[in-house]
Amino acid sequence: MLTFTLRRLNLLFFTLLMLTVVSFSLSYLFPGEVITNLSGQKSPSAEQLEQLNSLYQMDSSVFHQYFAYLGQLFNGNFGISMSSQVPVSSELLTYLPSTIELCITALFIAMFIGVPLGFVAAILHNKPADKAILAFAMIGYSIPAFWLALILILIFSITLSWLPSSGQLNLLFEIEHVTGFKFIDILLSDNVDKMSAFKDAVSHIILPAMTVALAPMTLFIRLARTSMLDVLDSNYIKAAKAKGLSQSAIIYHHGIRNSLVNIIRQMGLYFANLVTIAMIVEVIFDWQGAGSWLIDSIYQRDYTAIQGGLIALAIFTFVINIFADFIYAALNPLERNRKHGA
Amino acid sequence: MKFNLRLITKTIPLGLLFTALMGCNPSADDSVLTEGIVYCSEGAPSSFNPQLITDGTTIDATSKQLYNRLIDFNNTNLQRIPALAKSWHVTRNGKLITFYLRRDVSFHQTEYFTPTRTMNADDVIFSFNRILDTQNPFYQSVDGNFPFFQSVNFHELVDSIEKIDDYTVRFKLNRADSTFLSNLATPFAVILSKQYAEQLLADSDPQALSQLDSLPIGTGPFKFKQYRNNSFIRYSRHDDYWRRDVEIEKLIYNITPNNTGRLTKLLTHECDVISFPIAADEIKSRPDLVLEEVTSFNVAFFAFNAQKPPFDNPSVRKAIAHAVNKEAIMTAVYGEQAEIAESLLPKASWAFSDEVTTFDYSVEKAKTLLANAGLSEGFSFDIWAIPVQRDYNPNALKMAKLIKSDLEAIGVEVNIITWEWNTFLRKLAKGEHQSVLIGWTADHPDPDNFFSPLLSCSAMETGRNRAFWCNEKFDQLLAKAYITNDISERKKLYLQAQNILVEQMPLLPIAHSKRAQAKVAGINGDILAAFGGINFENVSKTVGEN
Repeated sequence: MLTFTLRRLNLLFFTLLMLTVVSFSLSYLFPGEVITNLSGQKSPSAEQLEQLNSLYQMDSSVFHQYFAYLGQLFNGNFGISMSSQVPVSSELLTYLPSTIELCITALFIAMFIGVPLGFVAAILHNKPADKAILAFAMIGYSIPAFWLALILILIFSITLSWLPSSGQLNLLFEIEHVTGFKFIDILLSDNVDKMSAFKDAVSHIILPAMTVALAPMTLFIRLARTSMLDVLDSNYIKAAKAKGLSQSAIIYHHGIRNSLVNIIRQMGLYFANLVTIAMIVEVIFDWQGAGSWLIDSIYQRDYTAIQGGLIALAIFTFVINIFADFIYAALNPLERNRKHGA
Repeated sequence: MKFNLRLITKTIPLGLLFTALMGCNPSADDSVLTEGIVYCSEGAPSSFNPQLITDGTTIDATSKQLYNRLIDFNNTNLQRIPALAKSWHVTRNGKLITFYLRRDVSFHQTEYFTPTRTMNADDVIFSFNRILDTQNPFYQSVDGNFPFFQSVNFHELVDSIEKIDDYTVRFKLNRADSTFLSNLATPFAVILSKQYAEQLLADSDPQALSQLDSLPIGTGPFKFKQYRNNSFIRYSRHDDYWRRDVEIEKLIYNITPNNTGRLTKLLTHECDVISFPIAADEIKSRPDLVLEEVTSFNVAFFAFNAQKPPFDNPSVRKAIAHAVNKEAIMTAVYGEQAEIAESLLPKASWAFSDEVTTFDYSVEKAKTLLANAGLSEGFSFDIWAIPVQRDYNPNALKMAKLIKSDLEAIGVEVNIITWEWNTFLRKLAKGEHQSVLIGWTADHPDPDNFFSPLLSCSAMETGRNRAFWCNEKFDQLLAKAYITNDISERKKLYLQAQNILVEQMPLLPIAHSKRAQAKVAGINGDILAAFGGINFENVSKTVGEN
């Protein structure tokens, strides 16, 4: 297990290192002054400029500059946003939790609906229910997220007026920003009716989370189905059958548990995709997350924010990926002995 | 390592049920949601102090919500009415103007400032000295950037401001000026708290000075609570407001630049009021929504940067102007919710005259003029189109595309360029554009407000003269009209000025539009005004059937 952990951390370390190289070189590739792109200071005074130059060691070689930049990153200094002139790190702390909240909710929706459906399809292999579920998965997989978002708004917000079409919470609720996670902040707040605020937040998250969830959900359906079919076809299941276990007991005790192991691993790999979908959905649903913030920064050519957002979202995706790998390894002893990380 | 499968299989249906139940229950009956108003605005304010800006979005967000002025315009016949000054007196030569202030005006109490006294003469003097006195630390903290006041030459006009007693202030002018009182009634001339400024000066951090403009303190009906960049502004009621008891407790600006986004939020009642609605017919057809319109003093125009070739040649400017088909723009961009601009001045202005030379749409004339300028084989140039919807121009990009196809007829090629709004304004003020589609909303009914801020030489220095065009004769006419009190004489002078514009064509006036807003039925009170920004002071909300 130790080697496994070291391998994964090693992978994380070098990937992040490569990422910082890319991010650093962007400062040179973007138009404008390098020091402006790095720090985000649009019109620094002579004094500030000198300070920044020494901070980022602009007089030394590119190699030294890179390490100075890396040092700043490790100190949590991502520079300041060119458009708002607020530190990028504090903007990230404001916006990233909302994205995490949305992604995780969507992931859970996708798992809790997708995986059982996939199992049902596998158990009823080649029956009409299986075909129907597969067809749903195919259609769901083919629907683009932005289109689905608009259709959901049209149906549930405009026509039926059941759910709000934008934002995370009605702005009339004054929730203090503590963790950035809306649900936690609501529970921590003391000046509002928590129950109605909580209900309001739930009604706000349903549509965007469903939109983000659809694509991974269909993937989980197919994964769960294949994985369950494999398991049901294996020798130990046949042995269990021969021992006289009932069909439900076999599925409960052996089928589900063994097929879940494979799904967990795929979940981690799919997470990067999910974040990409979430970025689009955030813009459509006016969700104040890192995704819409990043897209906004791109519009405004806010290079410091783009670099910071890139690193933050990448770290978030990697951490989830590695986390999923650990769970997978914990569940599957075979994996722990594999020599190379994927 | 064991999964508790029972637990998982139980939570799935429960979770689904929970979500489904929540879906059927829009929380509309909560008191929190009825005591405040959510206004969906089209853009983020660039500051919280109207002294520093000229754009309508910032005016809408700040001026009448957070602040008061010495004088206001009344909403019906645009007469000047008392506000923070309960009365005023102008001497016969027009050079001494004395204001008598109200004694019962309190400033906002917020987390960052607690006032210990009510408003008095010191606050008024501070508010204007900040603009006039180059030694004032708050003049220096913004590098003396007061675009409106610079464009009306405020610093040359005002000689000094004197405190007669605690509630009497006298302005001493260098010359008589017929627009001075109107300028003080514009949304830019707000009164700040001197006590708050002193508190900031006492702060050791030099950055604190900028808080005067970012963490505002005023005397207006609402006080500042929170602003999240490009997302929302939160105001709460100023309980000791001097003019009246404000009914709504919270006022939220939900910043929604997207037109369809604002419409959607209105349809779902997530916004109580939205600015610049699209799909007017749809809104009118729904019983739960109300569409309001007010004829506003504004103009959309197409300005040519006279500093940059080929537009340094008036013939080229005129050629392009002749080739623009305004009729088509009226239908396609405004949906007939506007009238064609014959001149910069709207017809409703008293200074408008039928005798003004009009400018016709003629491809032949355009071609001849181009040929005379030696550009008969055509050329290409950039049009900058504003990225936001303004009342004077609901869709600048569409307008730019129409003009592009118009100009193809005379062999001129157009590149359409746009930037994010704040960047756009910054680059525009530096004169980086070749030509721009933008406009102007008047701040007071005086005709001067359509000329001096837009085309005078002093407006060129601040970058608000979008044509970067400076004409001595034109400036002299404006200056003459400025000091005259005889209305027919002024009208004559403004007519001459307008004819110079037709001759020189620094900009082509395109349209005067009506300003619209849509709201949910049950929101009562006048929000829109013919001049200046919107106002939520006397608005109330009655709870409907949702």
